Amino acid sequence: MLPASAKAPHKQSRKQSISIGRGTRKRDEDSGTEVGEGTDEWAQSKATVRPPDQLELTDAELKEEFTRILTANNPHAPQNIVRYSFKEGTYKLIGFVNQLAVHYTQVGNLIPKDSDEGRRQHYRDELVAVSYQGSQESAKVISETENLEEDEEPKELETESGSQTDVPAAGAAEKVTEEELMTPKQPKERKLTNQFNFSERASQTFNNPLRDRECQMEPPPRTNFSATANQWEIYDAYVEELEKQEKTKEKEKAKTPVAKKSGKMAMRKVTSMESQTDDIIKVSQAAKIVERMVNQNTYDDVAQDFKYYEDAADEYRDQVGTLLPLWKFQNDKAKRLSVTALCWNPKYRDLFAVGHGSYDFMKQSRGMLLLYSMKNPSFPEYMFSSDSGIMCLDIHVDHPYLVAVGHYDGNVAIYNLKKPHSQPSFRSSAKSGKHSDPVWQVKWQKDDMDQNLNFFSVSSDGRIVSWTLVKSELVHVDVIKLKVEGSTTEVPEGLQLHTVGCGTAFDFHKEIDYMFLVGTEEGKIYKCSKSYSSQFLDTYDAHNMAVDAVSWNPYHTKVFMSCSSDWTVKIWDHTIKTPMFIYDLNSAVGDVAWAPYSSTVFAAVTTDGKAHVFDLAINKYEAICNQPVAAKKKNKITHVQFNPIHPIIIVGDDRGHIICLKLSPNLRKMPKEKKGQEVQKGPAVEIAKLDKLLNLVREVKIKT
Amino acid sequence: MGETEGKKDEADYKRLQTFPLVRHSDMPEEMRVETMELCVTACEKFSNNNESAAKMIKETMDKKFGSSWHVVIGEGFGFEITHEVKNLLYLYFGGTLAVCVWKCS
Repeated sequence: MLPASAKAPHKQSRKQSISIGRGTRKRDEDSGTEVGEGTDEWAQSKATVRPPDQLELTDAELKEEFTRILTANNPHAPQNIVRYSFKEGTYKLIGFVNQLAVHYTQVGNLIPKDSDEGRRQHYRDELVAVSYQGSQESAKVISETENLEEDEEPKELETESGSQTDVPAAGAAEKVTEEELMTPKQPKERKLTNQFNFSERASQTFNNPLRDRECQMEPPPRTNFSATANQWEIYDAYVEELEKQEKTKEKEKAKTPVAKKSGKMAMRKVTSMESQTDDIIKVSQAAKIVERMVNQNTYDDVAQDFKYYEDAADEYRDQVGTLLPLWKFQNDKAKRLSVTALCWNPKYRDLFAVGHGSYDFMKQSRGMLLLYSMKNPSFPEYMFSSDSGIMCLDIHVDHPYLVAVGHYDGNVAIYNLKKPHSQPSFRSSAKSGKHSDPVWQVKWQKDDMDQNLNFFSVSSDGRIVSWTLVKSELVHVDVIKLKVEGSTTEVPEGLQLHTVGCGTAFDFHKEIDYMFLVGTEEGKIYKCSKSYSSQFLDTYDAHNMAVDAVSWNPYHTKVFMSCSSDWTVKIWDHTIKTPMFIYDLNSAVGDVAWAPYSSTVFAAVTTDGKAHVFDLAINKYEAICNQPVAAKKKNKITHVQFNPIHPIIIVGDDRGHIICLKLSPNLRKMPKEKKGQEVQKGPAVEIAKLDKLLNLVREVKIKT
Repeated sequence: MGETEGKKDEADYKRLQTFPLVRHSDMPEEMRVETMELCVTACEKFSNNNESAAKMIKETMDKKFGSSWHVVIGEGFGFEITHEVKNLLYLYFGGTLAVCVWKCS
């Protein structure tokens, strides 16, 4: 309480406090001097906590408590106010005294928001807000704080004095309301904040760190080009081009007078051809030549053997010959694929086609068509691969670039060797009457009346189909359906036999165009005609197992030969229902082939890896050559073919190997020359030779 | 007389030389054919305004093969350019025009 009294700015209160404080100490002292001393004391220093005239009090005195009660009563309010009462006619003491003490007043005013003055004021404020957008904010704050200071001062005083001051409080309230009324109208979009206890809070969230990544790629390659264009150069270029065009035109005319193309197209073609294909073709041609030269060197001894070697021992061996192995052909891509077909090219005598596939029903995979030349045993000249195994093939006689093949899945296709791509040029499909079983043999036929190419195919599904190439399509016609006639077979199970016979091989008669033979899985051979689709000309009960091959004799028109898995080869006269000769080879016979040079010579191959060569003119009871020829012992020989002019055969085995063998002199012996007598040659002699043999048998048969 | 013959030759020449003659190109076949056809179309469309023809070729090439193509068309000019590999075509057209189209970004 003491410092408060010292600080008090008002004289009255100070005097009062002093009187309170000193009342006990110095009652006799003058108040005027006291004030002067007091001020001196103040001025000297604040550090002197103890004034010199301070009473020295004992601890007991210091601890003594003085109780004062602060009340809201005004100490200066007179206690003894009297007023005259007219009612009673005397002076009376008034008990109630106003305790209010006013220290400060200010007059304010309130303007209604909707009044003209209020609107005007608002409008003015808006103008200010617009013109001083930036500075207005701070100015307003200042003015507000001033107002607040003004407001707060009287409040403090009020509390200090402890009296209720109605007027200033009301004034402050008025101001506040005024401000409250004014502010919301200022910027309409801005949110009005409570000016008294509003506090703005903001928080900063964590910023994710940024990272730079760079990568540089190589710029696209560039080159420089420079040229000059002017009229004479352009002219020269065009003149040159014209000359070139004329030349090509002349050439075209010389070649095909019909072919006529617009200059634009021709030029375009010429340029594109020049720029792209030439180099590769040139190189490939050269590479081919070099390859053959290298092969010629490496296989020189074989080539010499092929051309000149004749087994000298043959003279001492009586009527028995040998086979000399020459080249072996195989290709990695056709490894483990059986050789299923062999065919010499009718035009190029060193070229032959090999079909690869599989005879194993359980192990069917892809197929390959390879064409080897004897001039290059190391690598095939042509390669075509197919999804389904190839079972047979035939090369057209007049168009040696067309190869017909039959697939295991029943499709037939034609490959064109002239076309570089490996897809067949023609191919049957499920829609165009393909076989439903493996195709076992295909054979080209003579062109039909409209000069369309056509060929026949035979399959296990019992159909023999004629395929005709019409423009770009394969048109099929069912020639015959093989039926097993239950009535003709005397076997009691005949009734339960399948109604369809499974064709496995066929051959067309060399002279009688319509006649052909079909071997079946049941072991029967049917003589059929292209013109009768319902019935057979003849039926031979030929074998006990599937017929693997049938083949007409190249010279004698009546004679044909068949072989079967029942170990036998049989020679027939098609007019007689029983075989002329039967040879048992002690193993399933895969293929037989007549020699092209003699009517009495044929070769057969068996699954035990042996090749058998017969010459009926020399020995009609057994083979004159009987020799294992397989590359490995386990390999089964599947096919054999005679070269049309050279004394060689090719045999294929079930591991994809093809071996070329030369026939020793004894195997191609011609009738002995008699002195003074010219050796007769030609088909007539060959026919006579075979006839002579057959007559022996026929006579026997007729006799019995 | 000689002059008239010369004129006749000239006319013949102009009549004959309407096809484009590729002098140099390292473009792939397909692109080259397409660009060539575009050049022919543009030059025929704007036969008397090389600038428009060049603009048309440039814009079409930008659209078809990505941006930054450059085209020069003229009757006589020399040039030395840097181009992206496989993106250059230099051809003569119509007997009097040389067109150079290249890409370089």
